[in-house]
Amino acid sequence: MPTLTINGTPVSVPQGTLLLKAVEEAGITLPTLCHHDALAPYGACRLCMVMIAAPYRALVASCTCPVEEGLVVETHAPEALQARRMALEALMSRCPRSDVIRGMAEREGVVASRFAMPPAEKADELCVLCGLCVRVCRDLIGAAAIGFMGRGSERRVGAPFDLHSDACIGCGACAEVCPTGAIQMEDRGNHRILHAWNTRITLSACPECGRFFTPEPTGFLKEMFPEIEACWDVCPECRRQKTSRQWLSAG
Amino acid sequence: MTIRTHADLERLREEGMSLLRPERPRICVGMATCGLAAGAGAIFEAIGEAADASGLDLSLVSTGCIGYCQQEPVVDVRMPGLGRVLYARMTPEAGQRLIAALSAGELPGDHAVAAIPEAGSNLPESPDFLSHIPLITDLPFYAKQHKIILRNSGLIDPQSIEEYAAMGGYQSLLQALLQLSTHEVIDEITRSGLRGRGGGGFPTGKKWEACSRAAGTARYIICNADEGDPGAYMDRTILESDPFAVIEGMTIGGYAIGASQGYVYVRNEYPLAIEQIQHAIERSETLGLLGEDILGSGFSFSIDVVRGAGAFVCGEETALIASMEGGLGEPRPRPPYPAVKGLWGQPTIINNVKTLASVSAIVAEGADWYAGIGTEGNAGTVVFSLVGKVANTGLVEAPLGLTLAEMIHGIGGGGLDGRRVKAVQTGGPSGGCIPAGLFHLLIDYSSLSQAGSIMGSGGMVVMDEETCMVDVARYFLRFTMAESCGKCTPCREGTRHMVEILTRIIEGKAEPGDLALLEEVALWVKGASLCGLGQTAPNPVLSTLRYFRDEYDAHVNEKRCPAGVCRALIQLAISPERCTGCGLCLRECPVGAIRGEKKQPHFIDAALCTRCRTCYDICPEGAVEIVR
Repeated sequence: MPTLTINGTPVSVPQGTLLLKAVEEAGITLPTLCHHDALAPYGACRLCMVMIAAPYRALVASCTCPVEEGLVVETHAPEALQARRMALEALMSRCPRSDVIRGMAEREGVVASRFAMPPAEKADELCVLCGLCVRVCRDLIGAAAIGFMGRGSERRVGAPFDLHSDACIGCGACAEVCPTGAIQMEDRGNHRILHAWNTRITLSACPECGRFFTPEPTGFLKEMFPEIEACWDVCPECRRQKTSRQWLSAG
Repeated sequence: MTIRTHADLERLREEGMSLLRPERPRICVGMATCGLAAGAGAIFEAIGEAADASGLDLSLVSTGCIGYCQQEPVVDVRMPGLGRVLYARMTPEAGQRLIAALSAGELPGDHAVAAIPEAGSNLPESPDFLSHIPLITDLPFYAKQHKIILRNSGLIDPQSIEEYAAMGGYQSLLQALLQLSTHEVIDEITRSGLRGRGGGGFPTGKKWEACSRAAGTARYIICNADEGDPGAYMDRTILESDPFAVIEGMTIGGYAIGASQGYVYVRNEYPLAIEQIQHAIERSETLGLLGEDILGSGFSFSIDVVRGAGAFVCGEETALIASMEGGLGEPRPRPPYPAVKGLWGQPTIINNVKTLASVSAIVAEGADWYAGIGTEGNAGTVVFSLVGKVANTGLVEAPLGLTLAEMIHGIGGGGLDGRRVKAVQTGGPSGGCIPAGLFHLLIDYSSLSQAGSIMGSGGMVVMDEETCMVDVARYFLRFTMAESCGKCTPCREGTRHMVEILTRIIEGKAEPGDLALLEEVALWVKGASLCGLGQTAPNPVLSTLRYFRDEYDAHVNEKRCPAGVCRALIQLAISPERCTGCGLCLRECPVGAIRGEKKQPHFIDAALCTRCRTCYDICPEGAVEIVR
């Protein structure tokens, strides 16, 4: 188990641990937007920058840097703090209405951004382009319904051609992982609406209680996991009641 | 025919020799993209038609680029018994006169710029009646050049494997495959001191070594031809002029690391380069120099061309791989390095076109020979596209360790139209601007980086006193902003904010503190970006802030552009003493801002004038002045 020194304190973590996690282990919280334990390291938001002071000197994104024996890390070296603050200032100017960004910035000592505010049509921007939604949809769900479009400052996320996505299964994982609440999911009648992707998914109703509870496109799961066939068509609430009734009657 | 033995290759070489030095006149028209843009196509046709009409038996060949871009279109004429002469700035009419002269058994004098001596040939070095013409090796543009990578460029037909063989081609492959072990090849490259010519300067042998040791079920070698810097065209020219050299280098590299598949990643905007490399691959396959059991060595190797969509960031190794795998062309964090885990997760070597074109020369001449060229730690030669406000623009190959002055004032012939050179930007859009006061610096990896610039892949843009350094910084930043993939915050947001601040400065709207903020953003983007694009993007800003602070201060504090470039900060005025009232400016002004009676001094209405400088550029009397 490699031992490293974080802000003067020795910390031992398993081989392969990311520096970001080791720093957390040492009780220090770094701002981060693009990291998720369930996804591969990505290194896009550049918020978790720390200074490696020895055996070499480097400013690194701790979320993409595996620990090494003997590493000396300073999370609050001036260069690291400056890099985090600049990134937060830039993101504040991108998403001036985001409470999440403002909160993170305040914790790092940034009160206001010196950069120009966005034009009126982008004033409500909440997306920080961390890519969690794109990656969870592609790498974990396997739907790859959304992706990046455009290059540089034109980059944004969406379904192909901004049209309704046939690949989306309405699972809502994108909305779940979004750190800034930029992706809103709304269930309205027998539809689930993902506003950001211009996508409406039809929901199936529970034959017992009539409530709409699951997106129709998730039906493929029945083929993947035949054992769930028996309880597939009813909602979780009715399924619980049904199962307990079966148990009770079985005595 | 399949090339299997030394004797087969010798036959190919002899065939090529008879093409290069035929018993009839040989006329080579430089038809790389640069030549074609200058009108070489029409000259080629005119010469062909005139030759047909006169019944003159000659060999008319389309070659690549000889590097003398300023003098395009160029034609190289070899007349048995008389000599070999380079003709420059040719026209279709001059081509017809050339045929008339050749029919009369003469080499014409007009458009002739240099005599080309031929080693080991019975051709007279310089034709008697053209004795006033210098040898090409004595031209200032060529005198200090040392051609290794460009050794065949412009001299051979890029579609002729015979001519490539006649210049010594495929001897190295034969030697590597039949006489050297893979370790010996890697060792030779390592000892030569060759460093990656794509910009990073990483030792090539070390990279190959790492790849050859990495575990994998397959290995790949990729030729990176995704050159996209504004004003740079080295890689394109090499693929267009000498594609077999790249293929030979790749095959040797593939053998050394144990790859059986290679790819040439080239942007789709380079149609001629794609055509030439495709043709060269097919030709090599036909002769068995690519494919199964090459030269009977048991080594099999294929090359395919992958066309990129033309994103600058795809020149970055990991973005290039992502693009080849069908994903979004954006970089990923390293390590793992591609040499360990690259294309499809397998060990992969990515080398620049110039690096690979150097390989066969090193194997042929030996590591010690190569290491002896250049300076300590900076062995070999480097190709630059020398462009901008310099007298001799062109593709230049020189040993590392030449001074910037030797490059710009020697090879480049100094400023354009005799104007004073102010700075040079090396290394493409991510390079820095080095002031004329530092032109004693050597062109090598460490000197350029200490001066705040980079070697890069070989762009060299010369600037003179009519160049505004703030404007230049914004030009390059706009390029990197547009070409940033947008994945990481510093590169995506930081370049945009730098452009915004620079625009405020250029428009005379800068506030106190803007320069400090600009520098702060630049340092952040340099230090915190994910890949090389972002890490180097601020160089134009940081270097101009370092060396041309006075120009920034003039813009910010005095709202003045010393170079007279930034529109919001200049006025145009007509000197009543010099104006003859010809009315040319009045007619040409796109916004009707100029008034005046015929033969009377004209004047400009500043309220209407957009400072487009049309009048300044066209006035035959030089009467329009820029008020700074």
